[in-house]
Amino acid sequence: MHGLINTAIQSFIRHNYGTPVWAQVCARLEMPTSGFEAMLKYDDAVTERLIGATSITLARPRTLLLEDIGAFIAMTHPLRRLLRFGGASYHEFLLSLDELPARARMCLPDIGVPELSCATMPDGSLRLRVVGDVVGWGAFMCGLVRAVADDYGALAVIDYLGSGQENGAACELVQILLLDQAFSEGMQFDLAQEADRPSSPSPLMACGLTTDAGGRGQKYG
Amino acid sequence: MRAVGGRNMGERAPEIKLDTRALGLAMPMYIFLDSKDVIQAMGPTVMKVVGGPSALGHRLTDCFYVGQSGCTTKTTATMQLAATRRIHLTPRGWPQIGLRGCAITTEDQGILLNLTFGVHLSEAIRIFELTQADFASSDMAMELLYLQEAKTAVLNEFGALNQRLDDARRSALDAAHTDTLTGLSNRRAFDLALEQSLSETRHGGAAFALAHLDLDHFKAVNDTLGHAAGDQVLAHVAQILRDETRGRDVVCRVGGDEFVLLLHEAMDLNRLEAMGQRIIARLERPLDIAGQSCRISGSIGISVSQHYAALSGAVMMADADAALYQAKREGRARCRFATGDLAHEDVNEPNREVQGATLVSRVSGGF
Repeated sequence: MHGLINTAIQSFIRHNYGTPVWAQVCARLEMPTSGFEAMLKYDDAVTERLIGATSITLARPRTLLLEDIGAFIAMTHPLRRLLRFGGASYHEFLLSLDELPARARMCLPDIGVPELSCATMPDGSLRLRVVGDVVGWGAFMCGLVRAVADDYGALAVIDYLGSGQENGAACELVQILLLDQAFSEGMQFDLAQEADRPSSPSPLMACGLTTDAGGRGQKYG
Repeated sequence: MRAVGGRNMGERAPEIKLDTRALGLAMPMYIFLDSKDVIQAMGPTVMKVVGGPSALGHRLTDCFYVGQSGCTTKTTATMQLAATRRIHLTPRGWPQIGLRGCAITTEDQGILLNLTFGVHLSEAIRIFELTQADFASSDMAMELLYLQEAKTAVLNEFGALNQRLDDARRSALDAAHTDTLTGLSNRRAFDLALEQSLSETRHGGAAFALAHLDLDHFKAVNDTLGHAAGDQVLAHVAQILRDETRGRDVVCRVGGDEFVLLLHEAMDLNRLEAMGQRIIARLERPLDIAGQSCRISGSIGISVSQHYAALSGAVMMADADAALYQAKREGRARCRFATGDLAHEDVNEPNREVQGATLVSRVSGGF
């Protein structure tokens, strides 16, 4: 798994639960608290063990934990901005999710993210299919699209429908019921980054500590 | 307006009728000029660039410099545009923004321009406060912005990683090259520095000297006052050696109470001798440790690279060592020079002694 994924989980734990909890997770994994490097590669099993240890330490079921992580990551700098390039409205963003893996590969060819496809159902709801190597990306995406809805100011009911197997791959479904595109003001998004804002000294998600989401909805029990 | 399809020559191309609103949706950065270069219509994004609809009815050159920046032309835009399909416009008032695009002559002698910000995209977005809605869905602007930000993030991350790796490399290097007790270089660091100096000198760099220092009476301190006191004495000696040498010189502890100094550009034997005497004098000052007065001294043997026709680190070290033992034999607390493999008038003293294959000489005192 790309180190980016592991560092994202690492910064999720440190930001939301603090360094002592991160130290507990590390102790469980018998690894140093310095943790992961975003630009190195790690064995897939390492990520799986990291998620397992976090789930036990926080006493939070795996699916809910992955939703939390997805929601957290979506609001970290610069990923929040990169996601918002997907569309001018939340609906556009959802329809652009098909392109998200290809976009991710444009900057990191070996990122290894699942394939996504978003279809409109006869009842008007949207259904996101997440097909990846392992079960879990669906829950992650569920949390992610939920956080992005807040960011756009859209009101939507987003549910994780479950997982199944498809040609040896894990296929998961997320249902999005878009109730109101302009429910709230949402967060400001300028195409141009504020000129006077120095480029984040804590780059990418390795340090989600400087999220520009103003800490909204970032605390989980 | 006429759109030309891929039909055979002579066959009439199909016409597509578009009003300016629809054209603006498809090409938000179009400008339509009549045959006299007057702006007849434009897309909503260009409108933001020229400051609003008041530009309609003005000539293109009232709003833009035509041509590459620095080679703008005074000829009318139409003439310029007729000459080339690829055009370059710079908005008046915004010299840092270049618009690139193509010009197509329409059937009624008008000119349709379709423009793009190209590489000036980010700056244009900031200046004209553009949003996603200002770009056609087919425009790659969003991908360009996305890539620009993603690339910056990835580069920052790599930069941070490289910094961390470099810090780790440096501290590992320091740890590998430092004597933990005294903070001086260790043998490994010294060997590297000596290799470097040999290489520099062989390639025309400045000469250098090796000084081998062995403490006198140190064992007595260790035996009577204990190892902790001995360690304090060694740290004290290290400080003296640091004080008496220069920044580029390398001071190394090679054994229990043995030190080697690599002295750069230290060609003047008199000054080397004076330095040796200063070190010995400071070593001989009584040192108070836990209420006890310690007295030590030191003997020094020095070899100088300019005294060798065939430069060899091993030979210079062996000669400095031989000079050191010569100093010890002569009663300690003194500094002796090896003569090397060349005869040197300035160091050839009448009382030159031969010790094995190595010539050891004493620099005349009195300086």
